[in-house]
Amino acid sequence: MADVENRWNRQQANRSARLARAAAALGAGLQGKLVPAAQVVALLHAVLEPGDRVCLEGNNQKQADFLGKALTQLDPTRIHDLHMLLSVLSLPEHLDVFEKGIASRLDFSFSGPQAGRLAKLAASGKLNIGAIHTYLELFGRYFVDLTPRVALVAAEMADREGNLYTGPNTEDTPAIVEATAFKSGIVIAQVNQVVDKLPRVDIPAGWVEFVVPSPQPYYIEPLFTRDPAQISEIQVLMAMMAIKGIYAEYGVERLNHGIGFDTAAIELILPTYALDLGLKGKIARHWALNPHPALIPAIEAGFVESVHSFGSELGMEAYIRARPDVFFTGPDGSMRSNRAFSQAAGHYACDMFIGSTLQIDLQGNSSTATLGRISGFGGAPNMGSDARGRRHTSAAWLKAGSQARAGKNVAPRGQKLVVQMVETFREHMAPAFVERLDAWQLAEQAGMAIPPVMIYGDDVTHILTEEGIANLLLCRGEEEREQAIRGVAGYTPVGMARDKRMVENLRDRGVVQRPEDLGIDKRLATRDLLAEKNMKGLVRASGGLYAPPKRFRNW
Amino acid sequence: METLHFRFDAGSRPLPGAPQLVGVVSSGNLEVLIEPAALGGACEIEVRTAANGFGATWEAVMRDFHARWQLSDARICINDMGATPAVVSLRLDQAVESVTGGPP
Repeated sequence: MADVENRWNRQQANRSARLARAAAALGAGLQGKLVPAAQVVALLHAVLEPGDRVCLEGNNQKQADFLGKALTQLDPTRIHDLHMLLSVLSLPEHLDVFEKGIASRLDFSFSGPQAGRLAKLAASGKLNIGAIHTYLELFGRYFVDLTPRVALVAAEMADREGNLYTGPNTEDTPAIVEATAFKSGIVIAQVNQVVDKLPRVDIPAGWVEFVVPSPQPYYIEPLFTRDPAQISEIQVLMAMMAIKGIYAEYGVERLNHGIGFDTAAIELILPTYALDLGLKGKIARHWALNPHPALIPAIEAGFVESVHSFGSELGMEAYIRARPDVFFTGPDGSMRSNRAFSQAAGHYACDMFIGSTLQIDLQGNSSTATLGRISGFGGAPNMGSDARGRRHTSAAWLKAGSQARAGKNVAPRGQKLVVQMVETFREHMAPAFVERLDAWQLAEQAGMAIPPVMIYGDDVTHILTEEGIANLLLCRGEEEREQAIRGVAGYTPVGMARDKRMVENLRDRGVVQRPEDLGIDKRLATRDLLAEKNMKGLVRASGGLYAPPKRFRNW
Repeated sequence: METLHFRFDAGSRPLPGAPQLVGVVSSGNLEVLIEPAALGGACEIEVRTAANGFGATWEAVMRDFHARWQLSDARICINDMGATPAVVSLRLDQAVESVTGGPP
């Protein structure tokens, strides 16, 4: 046991001790790296220690749900005070471990459906939040001060040596496994099946310690599927404004889209409206984007040259396999996603982010935080912020930068276009424009050092509503900025309180633009402009290759 | 149910052509009937809305509509089922554009 005394390899020695405990606990059950599902709780009891940092793979798409459930069955007298690291906290089990006293500390990025319960647990003191991060930020910390001791990940297949095939839904797995395996941690993978030969190796066996065949395939959420049937005429009108007023205006070739119906509408009028404007080959050529089914018509029309994805999307597998010139696919033909790389691509290599939000204040700060919910950010802050470290140029980036710097004595540089697209009223007539974001009150309630702002006002370049586009790059001073925002805030109290003369003046200067200023014929703003009007249409456009999940098969 | 009346005098753009009906009466939507009428240069708008208590918003939406189009001798009837101001403005503009043949 000389190793234990050596001050430079304590982590390795500790790892060996954990593996020895696991071998003893599993006995004959352990076949190489394969652990039977029935022994998963015994495995976790053996390899975990109180206070461990444990990364449980789960993002807004695939989930290591079998391992997550197993964690909730641990004996809290043996395993307690775990420090959980989660990209996305979306399953009830993710919080059950805190309720049961197995875990006590959390660092995460996004919580979505569990946001309300998370806020309650945090208030009760059973859960101590370290910080809320963006995906890239959290991955970064895995390599600095939040390195996992044990990582629980999900793969589609393993071979008998422990090599993993993560395939289209590779997502966060490489980042998590690399941080854990190369810092003397232990990687445990749940797999849907064990096979003799993998289609390809996404994670080499040498980085994986245990493989547990899961009784059920991992859970996966079709988060990016938007039924075109639900797109409204207002969304079509806003999409027309986006294309004419921003995509064409700046010549945006490389971009990322948000997740909502607003941007799905843009995707669906590329092959109609943008084509008629002669924009094919000039805009929207290269994407950092999940494989949105709504993008199929634009791909088929030849608009889209390349798409790199954070994750995959259920039902898109066969379509992607048949379009390898567009998507990133392996020699086996299936896609490989990678959240860390796609986030880096979206941040540094895209000229525009456009997405929806829930609230915008008079400085242009944008937030999806609402009272009583700690929902986090995901990737939006990295997509929706100027990349200050960027040094390569493009026409769109230079034009935005020169608009922001006109008349100032500063060195020339570009700027990323960050567009917040929102209807002035959300459902139940809740105004999207507010004097003060709910995020401030949430910060006070939850004792946060700063309000959880998704996109800071100084990164937002355009706000697009049904009333028009406010170009914040052209605003000089806070007062102009405020009036430009009020000037597109419609009939919300914030919009009604505008200084009409000043807004008309901003309109004369092109800071505020109305649909008629952009030469948009509102008669075209109907659902007829959508290249496909429903799910069946998307399937047809894909040549029958897209296979929507059951809940979207409404014909 | 609430019925609101608006009248804007001294418009400059007479409404040509035949009556037009756009939109449908369904939840969150509205129907707009627009027709020429001898009103001494005025534009009259009648709103029947399912949502009570939004008179001030309707007035602001109608005032902006009139500022955009300056219609004269025009009668507009609206049947509303809780449409947002955005939908109301879009329908009105679509109705007028379908009569006049294009944006203002």
